[in-house]
Amino acid sequence: MNRFEYIRPVTVSEAVAAGAAPGSTYLAAGTNLLDLMKGGVTRPVQLVDITRLPGLDRIEHLEDGGVRIGALVRNADLAHDPAFARRFPSIAEALLSGASAQLRNAATAGGNLLQRTRCAYFYDTASACNKRHPGAGCDAIGGDNRLHAILGWSEHCIATHPSDFCVPMTALDAVVEIEGPQGRRAIPLEQFHRLPGDNPERETVLDRGELITAIRLPPEAAAFAPHARYLKVRERTSYAFAVVSAAAALRFEGDVIAEARIALGSVALTPWRPRSAEATLAGARPDAAAFRHAADAALADARPSGDNAFKIELARRIVVRALTLAAAGTPARMPALPASPFAGVMTHA
Amino acid sequence: MSLSITLTINGTTRAVALDDPRITLLDLLRERLDLTGTKKGCDRGQCGACTVLVDGRRVNACLALAISHDGAEILTIEGVAQGDQLHPVQAAFIAHDGFQCGFCTPGQIMSAIGMIAEGQAGSDPERVREAMSGNLCRCGAYLGITEAILDAQHAIETSGRKDAA
Repeated sequence: MNRFEYIRPVTVSEAVAAGAAPGSTYLAAGTNLLDLMKGGVTRPVQLVDITRLPGLDRIEHLEDGGVRIGALVRNADLAHDPAFARRFPSIAEALLSGASAQLRNAATAGGNLLQRTRCAYFYDTASACNKRHPGAGCDAIGGDNRLHAILGWSEHCIATHPSDFCVPMTALDAVVEIEGPQGRRAIPLEQFHRLPGDNPERETVLDRGELITAIRLPPEAAAFAPHARYLKVRERTSYAFAVVSAAAALRFEGDVIAEARIALGSVALTPWRPRSAEATLAGARPDAAAFRHAADAALADARPSGDNAFKIELARRIVVRALTLAAAGTPARMPALPASPFAGVMTHA
Repeated sequence: MSLSITLTINGTTRAVALDDPRITLLDLLRERLDLTGTKKGCDRGQCGACTVLVDGRRVNACLALAISHDGAEILTIEGVAQGDQLHPVQAAFIAHDGFQCGFCTPGQIMSAIGMIAEGQAGSDPERVREAMSGNLCRCGAYLGITEAILDAQHAIETSGRKDAA
């Protein structure tokens, strides 16, 4: 780990001023950042510890029916907040399918959005990586890439975004609140992360010094609570990143789907929201043919970036199954293995 | 900023001078404070051997900067027994052969104490295994670990000793 300066501001404006300095990085729980620093992948000049900033650790259930999640709210606290879990069950399910209990006790909502890819070539400083060294090349291309991207990748980067939390949050129209040297702004989570294109080193739309202060869900998001699920395929049943995951949420009018929301995880360098697939379900009956049609639309543009063609069909099936589970209804109690296809979830309907 | 912090470790409040902000909570405990019960396994948050309770919550001490935890209350494996009386989780690990080599055991026990305090798993072994998946055991003592935790949880509930955690 390189040497760094450490400061612990007590107001957001102080933090933002310090965070705008060249080489500055914000520190919350540090569960990803310290790992990266120990590996020499990230070498900040200064850490700006934001853990003591006031008011950022609150879950505010808003009068309009939405919710505002402070950037420092811990994953476990959010997932186990009874009102939050009842109104946004697929988000609680996603949170509890991520990492380990120890990490969920520490990791924050804001940090979750900013976690880096788990591409092994990004972590291995002896490998070429356009994220670490723009222009160096990408050793994942032609390398061990069976878990890499199938959507939105470029010839410069085929990494994926590993978050579970961001997947249902994107499906449910979450908005990111940001404070920076130029003031405050709010942008949809769907537009927060960037696809690699020619500049894979630029992972989000944040400008220098900008700090996530909260993530907001609109009141409409809670309308999906009776039919909202998150499904995550892993290479072991717990404590692993997704091979592919999907959030599915349905709102019914009678026997017919009035509105569908779908997002996919670990398929691209951003959470992936296939709006064209959602549109195929409006007015449809919730049957296997409709779900397969939606899944085909969701993966229509997918192409393998290496030895990962299997992820395309896997993603289609995960979309179908997540929609099937959502249609059957949100279980009263979270499965023993949250979001796992091995959780006996098919019996919960 | 001064690199001096205050920590309450196993009930004793102490001022700790840090000569470097890079020191993790794990290295502080082991290398500076002679509390070597907390183990360094992977040092990257993957194995759980370094699990301690920070303000009552189980976390990986290897991924926590000590300086960021000024004022925190830390419970390590050295602080869970009451004199010669083992904590119910310690006693249950012995009764159920919840270990072989013992290297992961302090982390397993601290994680189990944290898990029982969280109160989410109940008596379902599958939920216990899921809640303990952040603690790896290379000897494969998982069967005994799960039994020990269920047994200890029951003992704590019936004796009302939950506060001891």
